[in-house]
Amino acid sequence: MRISQAWIVARHDMGVFRQKFGILIGLIAFPIGVGFGFPLLVAYLILPHAGPDPSTSLSGLLDAFSFWFVIGAASLPTSIASYSIVGEKLSKSLEPLLSTPTTDGEILLGKSLAALLPTLLGVWAGSVVFQVLIDLETRGPFGYLYYPNPQMAVVLFVAAPLAALLAIEAAVVISSRVTDIRSAQQYAGLIFLPFIFLYVVAEVRLTLDATNLLYISAGLAGVVLVLFFASTRAFRREEILTRWK
Amino acid sequence: MKEMIHTEGLTRVFRNLTAVDKVSLDVAVGEVFGFLGPNGAGKTTTVRMLSGLISTTSGSAVVAGCEIGNEADALRLRQQIGILPENVGLYEGSTPYQNLEYFGRLHRMDAPVLRSNIKRLLRMMDLWEKKDAPVETFSKGMKQKLAIARALVHDPILLFLDEPTANLDPEAAKMVRETLLELRKQKRTIFLNTHNLDEAQRVCDRVGILRTRLLTVGTPEDLESKLGRRRVVVRLERTTEELAAAVRNRLGSRPVEIAGDRLLIEVKDADREIPEIAEALVAAGGRIRDLSQPTASLEEVYLKLVHEGASAP
Repeated sequence: MRISQAWIVARHDMGVFRQKFGILIGLIAFPIGVGFGFPLLVAYLILPHAGPDPSTSLSGLLDAFSFWFVIGAASLPTSIASYSIVGEKLSKSLEPLLSTPTTDGEILLGKSLAALLPTLLGVWAGSVVFQVLIDLETRGPFGYLYYPNPQMAVVLFVAAPLAALLAIEAAVVISSRVTDIRSAQQYAGLIFLPFIFLYVVAEVRLTLDATNLLYISAGLAGVVLVLFFASTRAFRREEILTRWK
Repeated sequence: MKEMIHTEGLTRVFRNLTAVDKVSLDVAVGEVFGFLGPNGAGKTTTVRMLSGLISTTSGSAVVAGCEIGNEADALRLRQQIGILPENVGLYEGSTPYQNLEYFGRLHRMDAPVLRSNIKRLLRMMDLWEKKDAPVETFSKGMKQKLAIARALVHDPILLFLDEPTANLDPEAAKMVRETLLELRKQKRTIFLNTHNLDEAQRVCDRVGILRTRLLTVGTPEDLESKLGRRRVVVRLERTTEELAAAVRNRLGSRPVEIAGDRLLIEVKDADREIPEIAEALVAAGGRIRDLSQPTASLEEVYLKLVHEGASAP
């Protein structure tokens, strides 16, 4: 596996995405929406009614909010990965690409990186805005800076990348079975539903502290591993040229 | 003859369907080899096997010194060949320059060599002036030429072209055919899949006719003379059924057709039979104006082989 070869594919695909408004808008809207939206919610609706010990009552809510960065990481790359694979399948540019001296693994890695890197960039950018604004709002009432903290570190550097990888691999598997980008995006979009379920559970009874987030991440890693084998099986030269619809 | 492609019993079966059946052929270095066959004959499958894109079910092949099916050779093989698939598959939102640059990089070319190759090829294809325009604004012929340039960008020693003029209007097809002739002048080894007989006749040194099995291989001229229906055309002052019957009787129930003022007579041994035909016609009262033996066309050979499924002698 030559990383440099995969990087050529990734750079090219990222260049193509820059021309796609639908993909760009998602990548820009997410950091803005989550990075500014939740702090606004906290500033105007939550903090004024937080009670005498805002640190205790708000910390669980802030941890739940931070889980949106995992949800974002699971939903943002689906449109990119679907476009990258089904889009190439539809424009018939996969066969010329497969005819180059590049292995299947290198092409798959390149396409995965092209979906993963902008996603993580968007998620991390959003989280920086979110953390700074929340710290500005809560430093007074809490008496200390809430962020950065171990929970957010696990969210941003473990759970979110795993969620993004899971979504990308699912998109690869789905892309091998569908014939249009919209269907691929719709099916792959379903990937974020379990994360919404986790978020709801977190709101109701589960504390999303660093330990629980690591347990969730371990579960994600297991699913990522299974999907990795499924996606590498689906993305094989011979399969693509003879079996893909 | 130094071989660029050598196959023996190359076979590919998809579930219950045999797409390519025991194809054995050789293509020499510098040769333009035409692979003729109707749709579904197995031409694309053969190219995909020869370029290491799909596996073979049985048989063997050595292409550009690389053994097909040997994983270690697969990357080396793809480094040395250029492929124009049936669907050009260009990145339409990108420019011609970007399309070629991407493929050059994937072939790990040095930047200065890549830049000079892109310039040379875009000039050769008359696309240099459009190097910064998005490909989506191009005509079909221009896209096809750009796809050929993409297949050539890394200076491959062997070029596979799969139906390069299919679905093109006559003007675009002419543009592409001129490019093929230019490549032929450069002595490139080309494996050309086509069902365009005129193209094969004009461009190829040798042709093979495929219908799952390889029915025959030879130069277009050889195939025409060996396999074409040999006919004598006699133009008469007046044709009658009696004159046709006289020829039939003389030659022994040979097919004789009346077409206006002409008799079309199938012959086996023209040198011996032409005098007999003339004699029979004169004896039956016919007045001969002209007697000729037109050569069979490659089209005739192709249709005969493909429709009858007959093997070459």
